[in-house]
Amino acid sequence: MQQFVNLTLNGIVLGAVYGAFALTLVLIYRATRIINFGQGAMAMFSTYLGLQVVQAGYSYWLALLVALVSGFVIGGVVERVVVRPVEKGPEINAVIVTLGLFIGFIALAAILFGNTFESFPAPFALSGITVGETNVAITPNDLYRLAAVLVAMAALAALFRFTDLGLQLRAAAFGQEVARLLGVRVGRMLTLGWAMAGFFGALAGMLIAGGGLVSPNFMDFVIVFGFVAAVLGGLDSFLGAVVGGLILGLTNTYVAGYLDSSLVTMAALAILVTVLLLRPGGLFSSSVARKV
Amino acid sequence: MTSPTPEQPGQDEAAQDEAAELGTSGKQPAGAIAGPTSGVPSSTSGLVRYWPESTLLQHVLLMLLAFVGIVLLIESLGGFQVSQLAQMAYYVPAVAGLTLLTGVNGQISLGHGALMAVGAYTTALLLMHVEGIPYSVVLLTSVLTTALVGVVVGAAASRLHGPYLAGATLALAVGLPGLTLYFEHELGGEQGLRVQPPQAPEWFGSAYFFVTGTDLTGSKYVTLVCWAAALVVLLLLSNLLKSRFGRMWRAVRDDEVAAQLAGINLGRNRVLAFVVSAACAGVGGSLLAIVVRLASPVGFTIVLSIFLLVAIVIGGLGSLTGAVLGSALLVFLIPFVTDTGLGAGLSSAQAANLAPLVFGIFLIVIMLAAPQGVVGTIRLKYLTRKAARQMAALQQQAAATGGAQRDGGAG
Repeated sequence: MQQFVNLTLNGIVLGAVYGAFALTLVLIYRATRIINFGQGAMAMFSTYLGLQVVQAGYSYWLALLVALVSGFVIGGVVERVVVRPVEKGPEINAVIVTLGLFIGFIALAAILFGNTFESFPAPFALSGITVGETNVAITPNDLYRLAAVLVAMAALAALFRFTDLGLQLRAAAFGQEVARLLGVRVGRMLTLGWAMAGFFGALAGMLIAGGGLVSPNFMDFVIVFGFVAAVLGGLDSFLGAVVGGLILGLTNTYVAGYLDSSLVTMAALAILVTVLLLRPGGLFSSSVARKV
Repeated sequence: MTSPTPEQPGQDEAAQDEAAELGTSGKQPAGAIAGPTSGVPSSTSGLVRYWPESTLLQHVLLMLLAFVGIVLLIESLGGFQVSQLAQMAYYVPAVAGLTLLTGVNGQISLGHGALMAVGAYTTALLLMHVEGIPYSVVLLTSVLTTALVGVVVGAAASRLHGPYLAGATLALAVGLPGLTLYFEHELGGEQGLRVQPPQAPEWFGSAYFFVTGTDLTGSKYVTLVCWAAALVVLLLLSNLLKSRFGRMWRAVRDDEVAAQLAGINLGRNRVLAFVVSAACAGVGGSLLAIVVRLASPVGFTIVLSIFLLVAIVIGGLGSLTGAVLGSALLVFLIPFVTDTGLGAGLSSAQAANLAPLVFGIFLIVIMLAAPQGVVGTIRLKYLTRKAARQMAALQQQAAATGGAQRDGGAG
């Protein structure tokens, strides 16, 4: 029972971070109808920039700021320079470009920062909190992760719901032609969508890295989990991505806890295939894809 | 089911196929302009006269010539280059299979590295546990096993398209190496399985000596076996692409709705393309196992899958020639880039990552600048020029006859 509780708590924390990462895929998909397979690698690169700041002797918070800002810039620049030309073309060309980003950023990080595992400091303690007699498997760092994800999501939701910019972003995602006729600078909105995705991707990268080891490949699994989570939610819904992230985080910790950690990705694949076969539009789909 | 499209005489159809392969649906195919009569060369001379009419015979002849070429290459090259040739032989089937899936059918798979792993591990297990089993049986079993995995993945693929399939196969590529750790006892864990490469039968060795005048070493034999298998795969695929199935796959790629209206079952069609493609990856994996003599998880990471994709993108999506060219580039470009990096003062770990960086940039630049790849771009230029020439000739002809008619009317 204790193991179940601990696994569940871990799963919720992990799931929140996966959800945040899945959110970035949804942001990009809504803006440009592209799934960015390079998103994990880009987030990894921002995290490494943060690591450089920490290793230079500055605080974790400055590193976080550097990572977030660099994520924002990388996301925007990538959209403007490499993704814009393939946005209108065949779906497959865009996928291939994002795969180029995937191996390109990983190789670049390996060349610039080394291809070894390096430890990443955590801003808060990594020992479990004691409640009464028992030691719960949730640490102050875990609470920080949860809080960071919740704040980020609340900020994003507020941006989309209550601001003029959010309305423009939604309009550009809903119908580019109509939005353009109504005076929305659609191109700028697409760039902003990618930049915001880079921002939150960097946040997810920093949260996953904190208190663990990083290597240029440390986000490879996360892109798979984030993708599965986003598809569970239907690729189009922010709430769906978060719920998908939680489902995936819980499944991962249960599989790793009760079976073996080497099976985690195959479990994610099994979930993905099952969902796509039963409900191709995701768990929360309402709209039907238009064909002609 | 579909009724096959009406056959048109030789050249015309080939030209249309070429144009269809390029995906230039907007442009008039060159053959259509030329018409069935003007496309046939009026006088043939020399070797061309002996070139067979039938597609199958043409391809068989090409492959036999290629095999002779390989034997000549093996005899004239040094040991290291022979090993590079062997390396190329295991890339060719996998890359050709992927180009069929991605270039012709329009599905993208990031799991072909993992499918190669299935072929390689099957080969390793069979050669390890079954005494004296002939390699042809091992190869066939590996192909069947991989095709079976392909059915499972492809069944899911039939419901998916574009990025969904890419994501599902990405999960396969990232997750499958984990299975080798889980079944550590059977599959050897991180260390992988050693593979005993097949030995040449005595009669083959003496026959080889009789033809070439040199002894057949073990690595030469493996290279020959690999190329024989690779060429057979190319032969089968080149015929398949010219057949009804090839046309259906292209139709699905170009316009799903139109294909459905023409009576093509999308799901069945996609699964079939995926299974054929997976079987090719199985051949590649099995050959890899006997060339490298090892099946281990580090050999089949996501990077391998993306490298295969790089090969088809550079060569040109949907072209088998491009697949061979792309495989050659993989084999020769990776050491070249790494050596250049070492020469420029990078550490060996850094230089090893230079090739993925260059390939990543290649993928992006090619998609932005020349999405048809090397072969596609050249062929597109050639077809455009040919069409322009024929158009000009037609106009001239029309002007001449029109002028003659006017003259006749006046007189």
